[in-house]
Amino acid sequence: MRYSVEPGLCAIGEPDSESDVFVSANYKLSFDILRRKLKGMNAWILVLDTKGINVWCAAGKGTFGTDELVRQINQIELHKVVNHRRIIVPQLGAVGVNARAVQQATGFRVHFGPVHAKDIPAYIAAGYKKTEGMRLVKFSMLDRLVLTPMEINPAMKKYPVFALIVLMLFGLQPSGILFKDALSGGLPFLLLGLTSVLSGAFVTPVMLPFIPFRSFAIKGFITGMLAVFLITKSFGLTGLSTISAYLFFPVASSYIALQFTGSTTFTSMSGVKKELKIAIPIYLTTTALSQLLLVIYKLFQWEIL
Amino acid sequence: MKYLSNVTSLQYIPEKCAGCGRCVDVCPHSVFVMKDKKAEVIDKDLCMECGACALNCEFGAITVDSGVGCASAIINSMIYGGEPSCDCSGSPSTGASGGCC
Repeated sequence: MRYSVEPGLCAIGEPDSESDVFVSANYKLSFDILRRKLKGMNAWILVLDTKGINVWCAAGKGTFGTDELVRQINQIELHKVVNHRRIIVPQLGAVGVNARAVQQATGFRVHFGPVHAKDIPAYIAAGYKKTEGMRLVKFSMLDRLVLTPMEINPAMKKYPVFALIVLMLFGLQPSGILFKDALSGGLPFLLLGLTSVLSGAFVTPVMLPFIPFRSFAIKGFITGMLAVFLITKSFGLTGLSTISAYLFFPVASSYIALQFTGSTTFTSMSGVKKELKIAIPIYLTTTALSQLLLVIYKLFQWEIL
Repeated sequence: MKYLSNVTSLQYIPEKCAGCGRCVDVCPHSVFVMKDKKAEVIDKDLCMECGACALNCEFGAITVDSGVGCASAIINSMIYGGEPSCDCSGSPSTGASGGCC
């Protein structure tokens, strides 16, 4: 399936030289939403070439930006299409579009319209004025929920390697690899791996505002800790391997939860950098410690220690 | 929802503000309000460093280090150097591997 549409000028209804011009990205989903919300109006849509990426992300990258907007305006000779000099750019495009520079280069005055296309009719009715609600970006539970597959998938891609290591480790005996030991000893750890992915990539994003602390690393650690507690209790696990599990899995959940910062609408680069600066040394230390404990556990099992 | 406090790189110099209100217009988190014909920062901790205000302030009253706030992008830039970039998820043909944009 293709997710991009042709860049250039597109007519909604029967626009004329007085009709509004809305600027959009050539991501099919964004474009279709805009087209649907403009239904019944006569308007122009100027589609920028953002390589099939949505407005906000493309603006961050600069593909939805001043240069591309100026280029498209000149290429389609917008000043011959409309008599007015007013274009409506989605507000989130302001990350890449310098309104002043566009006006200097083309004569067109940029109006930053509402964040969501659904507010466009009300925005126009109010005389091209946004209410505060039209300016704000929210992040509802549903918004977060639909993003979780994109968090679970990459984490699960690493799961087979993890599972293989776990089965090898628990199955490994001086006499060779025993499948019985691999399964009976490894099963709780395989489950712990799955629950860490769930706690970091699903529970933390969905429950985000309800988990204490603002740091995503701490949020993920808390949900991961709960998951480890539940699994180890239900299996009645004790001993060195359990301590190892308590060291590793909450931290794995924390790391996975931290990845979600890339998908949120409110986290900042400086904040993520700060989190990583503190978290990465902790991640590395606890992972090393937990592996050391597992080695000691095996040595005990083999009666070497 | 608010992220960590006291981390944003947002800097605002009120003396340079001419009161055009553009920052209020473009900020998706209402960090700015207009007060006595000048912009005022009401809550820095709401800032996500998108950079829209700084780019659109004609008077150079606002600066902010804007960039990709994606953990894996930042880890990549820590390891391989350079600025964090969104391209961590690979080209569209290979299928995006992350939710980050």
